[in-house]
Amino acid sequence: MVDLTEIWVYLARDPLAALTATLLAWLAGLRLAALCRWHPVANPVLLAVILLAGLLLAAGVDYRAYFQGAQFVHFLLGPATVALAVPLYRQWHHVRSSALAALLAIACGGLAAAFSGVAFALLLRAAPEVTASLAPRSVTMPVAMGIAEQIGGLPGLTAAVVLGSGVTGATLGPAMLNLARVRDWRARGLAMGTAAHGIGTARAISVNATAGAFSGMAMGLNALISALLLPLLWRFFLG
Amino acid sequence: MIGGMTILLLCQLLGELLARALHLPVPGPVLGMALLFAGLLLRDRWSPGAGGTDPGAPGLGGTADAVLRHLGLLFVPAGVGIVVFLPQLARDWAPLALAILAGTLIGIAVTGLLAQLLMRRLG
Repeated sequence: MVDLTEIWVYLARDPLAALTATLLAWLAGLRLAALCRWHPVANPVLLAVILLAGLLLAAGVDYRAYFQGAQFVHFLLGPATVALAVPLYRQWHHVRSSALAALLAIACGGLAAAFSGVAFALLLRAAPEVTASLAPRSVTMPVAMGIAEQIGGLPGLTAAVVLGSGVTGATLGPAMLNLARVRDWRARGLAMGTAAHGIGTARAISVNATAGAFSGMAMGLNALISALLLPLLWRFFLG
Repeated sequence: MIGGMTILLLCQLLGELLARALHLPVPGPVLGMALLFAGLLLRDRWSPGAGGTDPGAPGLGGTADAVLRHLGLLFVPAGVGIVVFLPQLARDWAPLALAILAGTLIGIAVTGLLAQLLMRRLG
């Protein structure tokens, strides 16, 4: 006689199950996205998150218990951020000539993304901690969570809005750029990386190598600029 | 693969140490990226043509490609954290949705248009 409770306790406590479920959900997300012929709206990150969140809620598993296992995947965000130096280096001869223009565009675009998000939240009277969580929305996740902590937001909620912004940028960004008649691959990459960080960069890499390199650079520089400026601006205007 | 991973982790570790030692508000991995990039450029200056268009450090290019090919996967664990914030989501869904949707599109349009304009002017 197999004791199901015992197996369940093992599965809920051991990192193996959560790690396996994360990879399976990701592969399922990729498969679903492929079935939709990589239509931008079928974003594999979003699909995997919906699958896993649904699974956790249905099975009544605590998020912290799940993260015990999933943290091994989460940890790789650090080395992956460092790895963005490689595509940037490969495209450096391409990037160098437009470095000043890129820097200006990233700084202005990143601040525009932050300000517009906060302005909408203030207008619609969101709770203060929700507004603060929205400020670093377009910054790459580990950096955004750090900024949110500094300005009184909820790092976990920030992770969610960062994900939402990344998926929005990756899915609707290309259409928005077409609408605005931005045809230069360098400018398109910069826009994706600035407003939609790693998720936008993942999409940019899959579409065009130049756009991917500029997107990775924009994500890194926007993280740098936002980490330096957002806490100062927040204290000045809203603190 | 292991050599490349070691380089990535070393750069991240150096970045974390620098950020803490100098009290920089910049996160370690971002500093690590800047360090690796500067290191690759410096290596080219000292021994030109060592790596061609590919980073010459053994395995670095392949490891970076492998990690970046599944960049999306790395956002999944933190993204699932949404389940903890369902009450905040239920209360403030309108500002959150508007800020995420309109804010991101505004950010993309501003960056893209400005970048295209500046690159035409500045070359």
